[in-house]
Amino acid sequence: MIVQNVIFGAIAGAMGLAALRVVTTKNIVHAALYLVVVLAGVAAIYILLAAEFTAAVQVLVYIGAILVLFLFGIMLTRAPIGRTSNLDNDQRGVAVIVALFLLGVMGAVLQDAFGSTKLPEDAAVQRTAEVGTSIFQTYVIPFEVVSVLLLAALVGAVVIARRD
Amino acid sequence: MYLNQFLFLAAFLFCVGVYGVLARKNGVLVLMSVELILNAVNINLVAFGAFHGTVTGQVFALFVIAIAAAEVGVGLAIVLLIYRNRRSIDLTEADLLKG
Repeated sequence: MIVQNVIFGAIAGAMGLAALRVVTTKNIVHAALYLVVVLAGVAAIYILLAAEFTAAVQVLVYIGAILVLFLFGIMLTRAPIGRTSNLDNDQRGVAVIVALFLLGVMGAVLQDAFGSTKLPEDAAVQRTAEVGTSIFQTYVIPFEVVSVLLLAALVGAVVIARRD
Repeated sequence: MYLNQFLFLAAFLFCVGVYGVLARKNGVLVLMSVELILNAVNINLVAFGAFHGTVTGQVFALFVIAIAAAEVGVGLAIVLLIYRNRRSIDLTEADLLKG
């Protein structure tokens, strides 16, 4: 399965670089566009893991909807469109230490727990019908709760952002 | 493919997101970093689902995506309200709760 590993490496490298740019770039619109690269990479990872329906939902919801919301947010708050030097606060040093410490701890734990665990080679593609059956039979109550939550969140967002 | 390579990628994305939440002061950029964190969790869910050969991981990843959409909607509304009241979305200036 050498091909899959090469593809994974390419996707992961692009995602890692883009993620770093999202949190370090000086241009807020560029941050949103680098986020597209990360989200598309996540969708590609889902396809690599044979989760096609989730990949399609990722593209539709994240790249299609959430990113447009972010661009609207940037626009409506009249953020500086060009390069600005004051997007970071003065905690960067502490933040780097915390992030590296977290990465070290999680890396050590993951290496210890799943050091040589392989994914099943002949993993069958999880068919969308199975996902649908699982959502609407086993997890129908969480599904309904999520729909009510979405409704509440959208009504709440309208109420909060409304001018009156 | 090793299971670990997906978990390490997710851990890296998570830590980058944590850095972004801590170090950015623009409200919209903080929300973007939160999205990085949520995506890292989703990669973990789908990877473990593929490892166990079940669709449960995918189902929960779909739930997380739906909740992320709700979170961004409410979060951006709050950021917009902060902007409207204070003419700035610098989160270091939103310190009314400080004694």
